[in-house]
Amino acid sequence: MSIKLGIPSKGRLMEKTFDWFGERGITLSRTGSDREYAGAVDGVEGVQLVLLSAGEIPRELAAGRIHLGVTGQDLIREKLANWPARVEELAELGFGHADLVIGVPAAWVDVDTLDDLDAASAAFRKTHGFRLRIATKYHRLIRDYLRDHGVADYQLVDSQGATEGTVKNLTAEAIADITSTGETLRANHLKILHEEPVLRSQATLFRSRTAVVDESEQNALSALKAQLGV
Amino acid sequence: MVTRTETRAEAQRLRAIFEAAGALAVETDILLPAEVLLDLYGEDIRGRAYVTSDALRGEQMLRPDFTVPVVQMHMDNGAEPARYTYAGEVFRKQEDDPSRANEFIQVGYEVFDRRDPEAADAEVFGLVRKTLGGLPMRAAIGDIGILTAAVEGLKTTDARKAALMRHIWRPRRFRWLLDRFSGTLEVPEKRKALLCADDPFAGIGREIGLRSRTEIENRIDTLRDDAMASPISETTVALIDAILSVRETLPNAVEKLRDIAVDLPAISTAVERLARRAKALEVLGEDVNSLVFEANYGRTSMEYYDGFVFGFYIEDRHDLPPVATGGRYDALTKVLGKGDAIPAVGGVIRPGLLLELGRGEA
Repeated sequence: MSIKLGIPSKGRLMEKTFDWFGERGITLSRTGSDREYAGAVDGVEGVQLVLLSAGEIPRELAAGRIHLGVTGQDLIREKLANWPARVEELAELGFGHADLVIGVPAAWVDVDTLDDLDAASAAFRKTHGFRLRIATKYHRLIRDYLRDHGVADYQLVDSQGATEGTVKNLTAEAIADITSTGETLRANHLKILHEEPVLRSQATLFRSRTAVVDESEQNALSALKAQLGV
Repeated sequence: MVTRTETRAEAQRLRAIFEAAGALAVETDILLPAEVLLDLYGEDIRGRAYVTSDALRGEQMLRPDFTVPVVQMHMDNGAEPARYTYAGEVFRKQEDDPSRANEFIQVGYEVFDRRDPEAADAEVFGLVRKTLGGLPMRAAIGDIGILTAAVEGLKTTDARKAALMRHIWRPRRFRWLLDRFSGTLEVPEKRKALLCADDPFAGIGREIGLRSRTEIENRIDTLRDDAMASPISETTVALIDAILSVRETLPNAVEKLRDIAVDLPAISTAVERLARRAKALEVLGEDVNSLVFEANYGRTSMEYYDGFVFGFYIEDRHDLPPVATGGRYDALTKVLGKGDAIPAVGGVIRPGLLLELGRGEA
């Protein structure tokens, strides 16, 4: 059998990943038609390419169905509890940079820090009778972060896309999402809290700690790691 | 290996002990409406309890503890005074530690009684201790009521007291607020600028969202008032630190807190309550000289406890959860009682853990 390498199946993340491997003498390519999710690996023996949605790669790594995978650190930390026990970070790939941040309306001139957010949440709950809503898809990361920093009286509402629009649409009062430049936030009349980001993330090559490897797979894995220099 | 059948039998045995002590055996639902729990605990409960849903009833939670449904049941139709016991499964997510059970049986004893709360505290503690049997255990006790009395008695604005009170159970933010209110922390530049601005709203662009301009203005007013308030004195902060660092045998803790109360009279009533509780424990035959009182105990994990708190631990086994825990939750009865309230105290035991320990298997 061969080592399974999971790569995001489309977009810039896929292209940049192909480039990163290419610079290290390993050519990854899609095969078949544009719409078929099949791929090939040249330059190293015993490695099979698996094209997956970036969001599914953490789960597949944790289940041991792929041995290696490229995805964002944000997705690994959000989707895998106790992640260091389940995957190993082999290399940060230097692209796909994004910060997980909390955004509030730019008009909230009184809210600049987590302390302000906490106080505003308390007053908001008193006035409106429900907890201040923060729209996000990063539930675990944001909940842990706000708990560690002692913020109360908020609630998370799920938003799987167009999160920056939720405040204008009155389905949330604040948002938590990844951003690289903050452009989308500003365009939606939001500002980023004046705090360190909840998480700084980039595309990273992970190794599954749970995937079973036989001897030949172990050799293929070692050869691949040697060639990648990780 | 302790089987589920054995744990169940042990739970029945413990519940029978609580029944013999005068408690009425009760059952509660396993699926609880999520709304009540979310309202009480906030978003944090989602990190601890299993949430499920259906299209008709909406979000439901798998019972994370019995206290909330038992209090609801009592507040709806309970006679007074009342003692209840129950045995059944509770469910807790354990995402960080795979060795901890996410489903286990609890047996509990809850007392709703307006007369002599300190005697009721001692009754629950003593009964739990006896029910645990002869295993060598360390008991930790605390009293959240002393810290809340200290905050209530601070010479500062009501807004500051309310802010500190709100974060009694979040030690990190509590400390941070105390530092800010005592002037130890610098006021951020942006805050200073906001408070001196002629028009704080200059150039803000489009206003969006449900939080209105009036709400923002109100908060700016609150911040202005706060900036005018004089700092909480260093001496007072030192007294609060002194309270929080008390970690002594119960009689020594009472003496130490009485010393602190000389300079901080606001805690006197709470300290005398602790002294009465110590007396009541002694009357029940508890060895109070071996009981360690920790003023900080129960501040992080048991948000609804607002007075006496306790836990029983196996000596030198920090890897194991407590075998029994409990405490007073007067405020919870007020929140769930729709205007009604009754002093209440209770404790729970984990029969599965007790059996494992008894057999040296834990």
